[in-house]
Amino acid sequence: MPGESVFPALEPLLEQVSKPIQYVGGELNSTVKPWEVAGDETVRWALMYPDAYEVGVPNQGVMILYEVLNERPDALAERTYAVWPDLEALMREHGVPQFTVDGHRPVGDFDVFGLSFSTELGYTNMLTALDLAGIPLHAADRDDSHPVVVAGGHAAFNPEPVAHFLDAAIIGDGEEAVLAVTDIVGDWKREGRPGGREELLLRLARTGGVYVPRFYDVTYLPDGRIQRVAPNRPGVPWRVSKHTVMDLDAWPYPKQPLVPLAESVHERMSVEIFRGCTRGCRFCQAGMITRPVRERSITGIGEMVEQGLAATGFEEVGLLSLSSADHSEIADVTKGLADRYEGTNTGLSLPSTRVDAFNIDLANELTRNGRRSGLTFAPEGGSERIRKVINKMVSEEDLIRTVAAAYGAGWRQVKLYFMCGLPTETDEDVLQIAELAKKVIETGREVSGRRDIRCTVSIGGFVPKPHTPFQWAAQLGADETDARLEKLRDAIRSDKRYGRSIGFRYHDGKPGVVEGLLSRGDRRVGRVIEAVWRGGGRFDGWSEHFSYDRWVAAAEQALDDEPVDLAWYTTREREESEVLPWDHIDSGLDKEWLWQDWLDALDETEVEDCRWTPCFDCGVCPQMGTEIEIGPTGKTLLPLTVLGSGRERMAEHAH
Amino acid sequence: MARQRTPEGPPPPPAVQKLRIRYAKRGRLRFSSTRDFSRALERALRRAGVPMAFSAGFHPHPLISYANAAPTGTASEAEYLEIRLAERVAPEAVRDALDEALPDGLDVLEVREAAPGALADRLEASEWEVRLRGVRPPQVEPALAAYLALERAETTRVVKSGPRTFDTREPVLDLRVAGVGEDGCAILRMVVRHTTPSVRPDDILTALRAVTGLAPPVPPLVTRLAQGPLRPDRAGVADPLATDEEVVGPEG
Ligand code: B12
Ligand code: SF4
Repeated sequence: MPGESVFPALEPLLEQVSKPIQYVGGELNSTVKPWEVAGDETVRWALMYPDAYEVGVPNQGVMILYEVLNERPDALAERTYAVWPDLEALMREHGVPQFTVDGHRPVGDFDVFGLSFSTELGYTNMLTALDLAGIPLHAADRDDSHPVVVAGGHAAFNPEPVAHFLDAAIIGDGEEAVLAVTDIVGDWKREGRPGGREELLLRLARTGGVYVPRFYDVTYLPDGRIQRVAPNRPGVPWRVSKHTVMDLDAWPYPKQPLVPLAESVHERMSVEIFRGCTRGCRFCQAGMITRPVRERSITGIGEMVEQGLAATGFEEVGLLSLSSADHSEIADVTKGLADRYEGTNTGLSLPSTRVDAFNIDLANELTRNGRRSGLTFAPEGGSERIRKVINKMVSEEDLIRTVAAAYGAGWRQVKLYFMCGLPTETDEDVLQIAELAKKVIETGREVSGRRDIRCTVSIGGFVPKPHTPFQWAAQLGADETDARLEKLRDAIRSDKRYGRSIGFRYHDGKPGVVEGLLSRGDRRVGRVIEAVWRGGGRFDGWSEHFSYDRWVAAAEQALDDEPVDLAWYTTREREESEVLPWDHIDSGLDKEWLWQDWLDALDETEVEDCRWTPCFDCGVCPQMGTEIEIGPTGKTLLPLTVLGSGRERMAEHAH
Repeated sequence: MARQRTPEGPPPPPAVQKLRIRYAKRGRLRFSSTRDFSRALERALRRAGVPMAFSAGFHPHPLISYANAAPTGTASEAEYLEIRLAERVAPEAVRDALDEALPDGLDVLEVREAAPGALADRLEASEWEVRLRGVRPPQVEPALAAYLALERAETTRVVKSGPRTFDTREPVLDLRVAGVGEDGCAILRMVVRHTTPSVRPDDILTALRAVTGLAPPVPPLVTRLAQGPLRPDRAGVADPLATDEEVVGPEG
């Protein structure tokens, strides 16, 4: 019977694997609906975050879509995650299929299999899941009995490397999009599935907001570049648009955040305080593809925090966004929340902090009730010159002033994030990081009068991403990246006065090269992914599972008969005229504007933020029919009786 | 030496009441570990609004002590812990509120105000039920007899410090086939004294296998039925919270 739980077969296997709790479901606020909740026409979604449960379960995107879909009476949604190799082997041995953790139902029984890709390194895990689910890896081999496999999330902005494995991709915000897809699938089922799978995919493609790779033909030039990507069916649009949710207050999800029993990487509740970012850092795909900025109002934030804490019992609330200090009422938000939750052992946090003194005030406010361990800043580039190239407008003076304020306010540890391999970068730019770190320590010792302050430099290789001005740039090779990082490490370590106060953490260049291949790849890269997976590749985001050699070997073998190779995809600079694999995916950004921004980068010319200066015509708002949505609303958070409202009921002799 | 920054504000209010809690770990939640449970409990206490007492310092944590938790994968009807509160509450109300705040499968069964004396001292032994899936009683009985006839039956388990070998036979006070499951499988009942290192039903089964070759085709389902002071006949345990009830009274 479809939709039947496989738990009886799974349970004995769980005795033999590590951390079995991650496979049993039953999280607080999770939902298991009857399979036939709306009869045979029920639209059933299996949602996957293709990484380990501990990484996937706190993911906001999946949590939101899960709740939005389950609120619909005619739909149901369950979650599934990547199983570790120990369980994978046992499942294969005992014929247990990929299952959802909610109802332990076979993924292959659902109508839609939606995958959320925040990173490209989840692609091999998708193949494991498809294979364990009994779904053919290639979309072309699937029939009407198989789920429609749909990708979403940031990586879906270039779905080409996984195009052969996907039936569809949806780009941008998912809230409204999954509801629209549910309508279409529901109608098609009610009508008796006319035209089968092909017809359903056509209906989706013709909305203009769902990319169905099979309806596009890609042709190549003799030198390997793409010649043309063209729709091969009438009514299928040349370009597919991203989705944008305009009013965040109308979508206060997740209302009931999931609380897992198992430990996860993100042990707190999160409230997204705005979407989008127009600071315009040129390396930042997230900032480019989520425009324009849309704020949640201060009162909307207050309600979500209140309801979420009551629903979960979490001790910490993260105020998420791409640059949280930029919310037009952030000071009132943090102060209001800190007042409300004073004395309740409820912590507040911001994920990332821009480099300016205002952020120290915020950080001080957030930690009012204790805990003042470390602060993180992301100057990203070591020299003033390279920061102009990447449009990260922060001067050395700003940085020193900011860290001085931090050490002065009692912080002991400052963490600085950088990237290596940025366009036009030389050894000199990177070595500047050592100088910067030394000045940070010097200033810190002065203002705090102590010698035990520390600064950690954290650095990783830059990966050029689609839909950014750096989409044309040459990526720095793994060996060159490693050599540069080594020079920086030596420069820090060899310093007698400050070296011991500076920590150095780095990611070697190899994983970045594979990420680069997957980020800017085209359909031919799908063969590499499949070869790696067949060779045992799994969990590529985990250093203990990642094998660079396997990727290199697979690329050589899979691209053998093509004029392109790993270097062609990664370390090659592109020309303006080149057709990029994702050109038919419309993020709203005008390609000419991006090219101009790329030239400006090479010229070391900066651009301002369009929230505070006139529109610089990146193209998104007119193309998508959207506009900037920001405050201030002028409202404040009123005091509130929080947590512990159960106390009266429990007090002795209350009854 | 680093000067310690001290938290601002008044020290946390002192504990005024201590409650003892018995809870069960059932169904698929038997796969939760002690750490998983403690996280779930702390969140449930917050959601339920139980007025916990907190430790002082930078990372104040609610005052909870756990006693002798069953291993991951083992179900239990008799797990115990103690919490300290900053305000006096009615134990029955805490039971209801906490049970509701915990996920199904982690069920609060009893809450009692603590009488003097350490709870840990009263947990002398456990009664276990072991469902040997895929094994019928006639296959087990001779194996049990052979095992019980031994003076010692050693087993080796990997603990944090490495492999450790210990005797399983001496702490076993009772071991027999107590019933037959719907599927015809043998259901064992064991009474095992708590020792260090603790001897768990799976240790006994491993020793049994070494001695008699008894090897169930599927991992058995193990449930702790009770733990507490040994009854005088040594064939079972008594309720460890009974003294709390006598001293403090059922209403707390
Ligand atoms: C919280 C967070 C984390 C947390 C939690 C991760 C988790 N499990 O969710 C932690 C700290 C663990 C983390 C780790 C990392 N992160 Co992070 N993280 C974030 C942060 C701040 C918020 C993410 C979020 O929740 N967004 C909100 C949700 C609602 O958005 P969403 O997931 O995109 O989902 C929406 C749509 O995409 C869509 N959608 C999503 N899935 C699907 C599926 C279908 C089928 C459909 C139709 C639609 C759809 O619908 C959703 C609702 O609209 C973002 C910045 C940001 N504000 O986005 C960075 C960010 C995503 N992280 C980033 C990075 C680099 C990382 C790391 C690689 C860092 C590292 N070097 O280790 C790791 C990777 C971990 C991993 N394997 O995924 C980058 C990604 C860079 C990029 N793609 O350009 C970001 C954008 C930050 C930045 N500015 O650089 N991260
Ligand atoms: S501030 Fe820069 S790095 Fe951060 S999200 Fe905005 S554009 Fe991206």
